[in-house]
Formats: sequence, structure tokens, C-alpha cells
Amino acid sequence: MSHSPQHHWYPVAFLAAGLVLMPLCVLLWSWQHIDGEIWSHLWSTQLPRLLSNTVTLLVGVSIGVTVVGVSLAWLTSLCEFPGRRWLDWALMLPFAIPAYVLAFVFVGLLDFSGPVQSFLRSTLDLRLRFPPVRSTGGVITVLVLVFYPYVYLLARSAFLAQGRGLTEAARVLGLSPWRAFWRVALPMAWPAIGAGLALAIMETLADFGAVSVFNFDTFTTAIYKTWYGFFSLSSAAQLASLLLLGVGLVLFGERRIRGVARPAHERARSGALYHLHGWKAWLASSWCGLVFACAFCVPLLQLVVWFWQRGRFDLDERYIGLILHSLGLGLCAALLTVCLALLLVFARRQAPSRPIRSAIGLANLGYALPGSVLAVAIMLAFSLLDRELVVPLSHWLGGAGKPILLGSLGALLLAYLIRFLTVAYGPLESALARIRPSLPEASRSLGVGGIGLFVKVYLPLLMPGALSAALLVFVDVLKEMPATLLMRPFGWDTLAVRIFEMTSEGEWARAALPALTLVLVGLLPVISLIRRSARH
Amino acid sequence: MLFRKTFATLLLLTTTGAAIAADEVVVYSSRIDELIKPVFDMYTEKTGVKIKFITDKEAPLMARIKAEGENTPADLLITVDAGNLWQAEQMGILQPFTSPVIEQNIPTQYRSSVGTWTGLTVRARTIAYAPDRVKEGELSTYEALAGPEWEGRLCLRTSKKVYNQSLTATLIETHGEAKAQEILSGWVNNLATSVFPDDNSVLQAIDAGQCDVGIVNTYYYGRMHKENPNLGVKLFWPNQQDRGVHVNLSGVGLTQHAPHPEAAKALVEWMTGSEAQALFARINQEYPANPTVPVSAEVAGWGTFKADTVPVEVAGRRQAEAIKLMDRVGWN
Repeated sequence: MSHSPQHHWYPVAFLAAGLVLMPLCVLLWSWQHIDGEIWSHLWSTQLPRLLSNTVTLLVGVSIGVTVVGVSLAWLTSLCEFPGRRWLDWALMLPFAIPAYVLAFVFVGLLDFSGPVQSFLRSTLDLRLRFPPVRSTGGVITVLVLVFYPYVYLLARSAFLAQGRGLTEAARVLGLSPWRAFWRVALPMAWPAIGAGLALAIMETLADFGAVSVFNFDTFTTAIYKTWYGFFSLSSAAQLASLLLLGVGLVLFGERRIRGVARPAHERARSGALYHLHGWKAWLASSWCGLVFACAFCVPLLQLVVWFWQRGRFDLDERYIGLILHSLGLGLCAALLTVCLALLLVFARRQAPSRPIRSAIGLANLGYALPGSVLAVAIMLAFSLLDRELVVPLSHWLGGAGKPILLGSLGALLLAYLIRFLTVAYGPLESALARIRPSLPEASRSLGVGGIGLFVKVYLPLLMPGALSAALLVFVDVLKEMPATLLMRPFGWDTLAVRIFEMTSEGEWARAALPALTLVLVGLLPVISLIRRSARH
Repeated sequence: MLFRKTFATLLLLTTTGAAIAADEVVVYSSRIDELIKPVFDMYTEKTGVKIKFITDKEAPLMARIKAEGENTPADLLITVDAGNLWQAEQMGILQPFTSPVIEQNIPTQYRSSVGTWTGLTVRARTIAYAPDRVKEGELSTYEALAGPEWEGRLCLRTSKKVYNQSLTATLIETHGEAKAQEILSGWVNNLATSVFPDDNSVLQAIDAGQCDVGIVNTYYYGRMHKENPNLGVKLFWPNQQDRGVHVNLSGVGLTQHAPHPEAAKALVEWMTGSEAQALFARINQEYPANPTVPVSAEVAGWGTFKADTVPVEVAGRRQAEAIKLMDRVGWN
């Protein structure tokens, strides 16, 4: 066929893949020279410990976010108990708190010299032996508390979408709620849970801020140590490409598992399935309340206390600029990312050929790279483009031959796009999956096709998914630190940059002001995200 | 306002032919905004020269200068450690420059031997202790903290911080690798708790009674003491009988492809002068690199000390060795 519709999608998919491929190539390029000395040192003294730490962390966080996220989602979406109505949305709020902020709040509050232990020692004269706060258990707890919302959000909409039919059938067939959960609800929700889990795993692997507050060394630590300490950017890039390989395998596995299950197409249920009474209701309320208190109320309270003690003296008119920069970058990046992700989900639906699927798989990998590594790889790629393309072109056109990519706003936005594409892709993909092919077929037969079909049929149906995607990207961009630090144009300091400046000096109490502002700015979109998803 | 700014930036991007004004200097700084902006503001107020800067950690900033190559907008690189300036010099992203003013203001040992950078402030990394739990005469040297009498009493910051890498580098320089390894093993054995992410946490742990001694940069103590005059921690100057207290530098280097080298040089000259040096000393309780400028009143209260005279470039030259040593003894 001369103009197979499939071919329209190739440029888009390949462009997106190319964007991710660009920094990826820089990473792979690093392999042409291997510094044997650094590798043998890392191998003999560091990697065994770091790998076992990383595996422990991943297993702990995976189990934690799954147990916490799924149990909360199941309780708030299928049961009725006191407090459910507000916990239902409140449990999403911790998403607005960056991992590095929760980490320093947690350690600052609970460590030996923190207010809790000091109070117990001095006022109550209790000589309790606390379990060590800066430990494997501590870091897992913090990461679970910040990353469970990914699983919660996705599992919750999956449970809600399951509808009455199947779960009621299970009930009629004599399954207890517990067994109905295991045999019906959980298997059906697995694709969504898997997607949320994959995001949490990628965040954990890429995290540097939170683990460094605990001084918990992971594979990412080795990347930074090699770069910041040995100044071997190429060895750091090699380590990063290995990390990426690991993530690629995880994602591949997740896709395989997800491939087995099918999303439900039932009509949504109205009203709760199980009304909890007595101790069960009490238990459900306290479990949800406990998670909410630990992940949101206590950290927020500590931030407010610190703000009052130290942070308020730093508050000045510069914060208007910081907030506007954070908002502006978040909005632009969210818009850009959602548009590209939208094109990609359509590409995959309309032309599910192997090259397109591979290209899209590749384009979704950016999330797993530690921010600094991604930023430096993009930077190297851009400087190459500037040198080889922009400057000669500008000379040829009679310009001054100045580079335009590096240090520009566009470069930073592109870095966000590469990093957060997969965050937008997930919700859009599942939104599109819910639109049955019969619908566009019907409208085509009625003479509505092309752009009209998109605007009149797809867009209204995709709007909720697109908004969710945009909000997720927006909040992630607000929280993003390393790429913002490295690539921001002059004068574009954001709230995250401010937090970095304070925490890099160990001034946690003063970091409370930008951190609190960041959380408050992030809360609005999170709340609207919840209200949106509550309706669907 | 935001949109106007966005547009202005976009416009600036498209008008590639626009010449950059001569009366500006661009700085990449790993000294944070708060510890450098007052100095820049003062300069702009005096001379009208605008200073544009971004802050980040050293390694990313250096990678950026390297990547930008000839097209870099950066004139100056400010770091908080001499080892990093040495690394920048090795990477070939700095250029030598001569200035009689700077040579007069800053002693030779606080400048690059090839003239690519100069120190701005001196930072002493010394011993902090709890006066109620550490007996008079118990403290003597860094090395002595490895002894068995300190078991379970020492707090350290992570080895990932360049300050500790520089300290270790000078230990290797002074004692050789085998002896340095012995000392570091002793320290690690004596740790009261796992290492901390920053110096403030070390001071807080000493204050709270989690440990009795630690090794910190003095200005962290200065800040904390200012906030809390009842802080149960004091500073001790070790090694006064031999080589002296370990010192490091926060300094500035001129980039290889600086677009405004003359304006940048003028700024550096001014920053080493008495006015700026006094401001540096005041905003962060550091020691001015210019010896004619007095320290702040608070810093003067800690007493004087003999500083180690080992060239600060050792910190850079032996950094990799130091990290490997720290890794071997399990100082995370």
C-alpha cells in the first residue's frame, strides 16, 4: 500500500526514541575506554556491598509499596469504614513530598540528637535503646512512605474499574472477602499494580538524595563516587549504563507479566462492596490513618516547626520568583511530555509493529537514570550538537556562531521530557486501552475520521487520563533536583535548587522553608488529581 | 512576569548574533548562593559590573565547562575545596593568569603553582569535642583519635565529602599509605555510630551525647554556636606540636575559554582585597585567605592555631588514593 496509515507513526516514535537514544549513546560511547584501575578497585571494595544493599533496598521497597499501596487501595475503594471518605484522597497527598525531604525530616526527627529521642532522654529520663534510625530499615521505610502513592493511585483506579459484576459473583459463589481479593480482585488489578511498582522501583534505583541522607550506599552511590571522587565521568557513565540495563530487564519482566492480564471493561461500581463494622472497621481506619500520619502529617508538622524556628527568617520576595520558576518549568514540561506521550500511545495502538513497540519501549527508559547522569549525558549530547551543527549553521547563515542549546530553557525542558516521558505514558496508555476499538470504527462509519475523530471522540475520552499524566509530570518536575541544578539557565533558580543549597550545608531546619513551599505548591495539583480520579 | 521572562529567554536564544555586554562576569559556583551572592552584590554596587552565576556541585559544573568547551559562558569557577581546583586544572578547563594584586594579597601556598586559581578563604578542619566528657589533655592529634581510648566515642562525616578526602590525602602525604591506613582503621573502629551525611549532624551528635569527639570544619561550629550559645561542644586545635591543623581552601579559577577574562580578573583581584575578604569572613565565619584581613570577632574567640603547611594541591593529587584508602578501611 502506498500510504499505509502505519507509516505516519514511524517518525514520531523514532523521534521520541531518538531523544532518549541521544543521552544513551553518550553513555554507551563511554565504553570505548575502560579504566581498569577504578573498576578493579570498585569490584574489590565496593560493588559486592553496594549490589547487596541495592537488592535489599529494592526487595524491601517493592514488598513495602505493594503491601501498603494495595491494602490501602483495596480498603478505600471496596470497603466502607469510618474516615474512608477523606482518607481515600488524603492518602495520595504524600506524593507531593520529595523523597529527599522526607528523608531529612525522618532522620532529623528520630535520630539520636533529634527532638523525639532527646525528649525521652532528658525529660522522661528514659534510657530506651532505639533501633538505629540511619539503617537499612529506616531508608526502606522512608522510600516506601514516599513511593507507595504510585501503587495506591493505580491500584485504586483498577479496583474501582473492576465493577460490581465479578466481585459480586465471587461473593455469590461463596468466596470470603479475603479470598475474593486474592482470587479475583488482585489478579485483575495486577497490570496496574505492576505499573505502579515499576515506577517505584525505577525511582528507588535512581534515588540519590534520600539514600545519601541515610548514607546508605547503593549502586547509584557508586556512580556518583566515581564521578565526584575519581573524576572519571566515563566510568560513571559505564556504571550508569549497567544500571539502565538492569532497569530494562525489570521493565521487560513487568511488561511480560502485564501482557498476561487484561484490563477490565466493566461498568464502574457505585457504593462500597463491604461495610466494615466493629474491630474490622477500627483496624481499617487505624491502618489508613497510620500510613497517612507517618507519610504526611508528621513530616509536614516537623517542616512547619522548623519553618517557625529557622525558615521564616529567610522568607523574602525572592520566593515569588522561585515559586514562579518551579510552576513555569512544571507546566511547560507537563504540556510537552503529555503531547509526546499522547502521540506515542496512538502510535502504539494504530501501528503496533515491532519497530514501533521497541522504539516506544526505549523512549520509556529515561526515568530510571539518576538525574545527574541523565543531565550530564544530555549536556554532552547537546554540546556536541552545538559544536557540530548549530555553530557552523549559524556561521553559514551569517550569524555570530553562538551555541544555543546548552544552558537554554529548551535543553532543560528536553531533559524533563526524556526523564518523565514514562510517567505520562502509563496513565495515557491505560486510558486509551479503555476506549474500545468499536467506538472509532463507529464514528468512521458515520463519516467522522482523522482530526475530527481525534477531537470529537478520543480527546474527550482521554482527557482524564491526560490530566492525570500532566499532573504527575508536573509534580515530578517540581521535585526534580539534579537535572534542574545542572541545566537551569542563569537566574532560573527553583524551590528544589533552594532545598539543595540548604541541605548541602546540612541546614535541614532552614531547608524547611523551600521544602514546605514545594509541598504546598505540589499539593494543589495532587488534590485536583485525586478529585479527578475519584470521578472515574 | 514569568511569561515575559520566558519570551525574553526565547528571544535571546534566537538572536544568536547579539553581542554579550562586556561589563559582566559569569561564574559557576559550588559555594552556595547565600555564601557568595553578598560578595557579588557588593561588587556590582561598587563597579556596575553585573555578575551572573549558577550554583551546583563541583563535578557537574566542571563537566559542564568541559562540555561547553570554547563556547562556555563561564569566566570563573568557584569551588569549596582546593582539590577540586587542582582537578579542574588537570582537566584543562582553567587557564593561568598573572596579577601582581593577587600575588600581593594571597600567600603563595594558597595559590595554584601554575597560576590557574587562587584561594579566597581558608577553612580549618579540626577536632570538636564535648568538654564535659573529654578530659583536659586527652586530646592531642588527629592520629591519636585512632587509639583504643577513643573506642565508641568518635563521630565522623561520610568519606564521600571532599573535606574528608582532603584530610586523608594529607595524612597519606605526611605518613605514607601504610601508616595512614592504620590511622583510618583506628578511626573507623572507634566510631560511636554510622557516619553522618554532614558536619552539622556530627556537631549535633556530640552535643546530644551520642559521641565525645568529631572532626568538623570550624564554620559549621561557628554557625551552630551563634544560634545556640549553650552548645555543649568546643573546638580543639590538634597537632600543634608537629605539622598543624589541616586547612583547605575555597577558591576561584579562570576558565580556559573565559569570554571576559579581563573583567573576571578584576573581580578576582577585588575578591582577594580587604573589603571582600572581610565580607567573606563575616558571612560564613571562615578565615580570610588574605593574611592582612582580620578574622571575625567570633572566630577570634576560638584562639589562634598553627596551620598545616603541606601544599593544598596535595588534596587534589592524592584524592583518588585517599578515596581508595577510605574504601578499603570501610569508612563509608
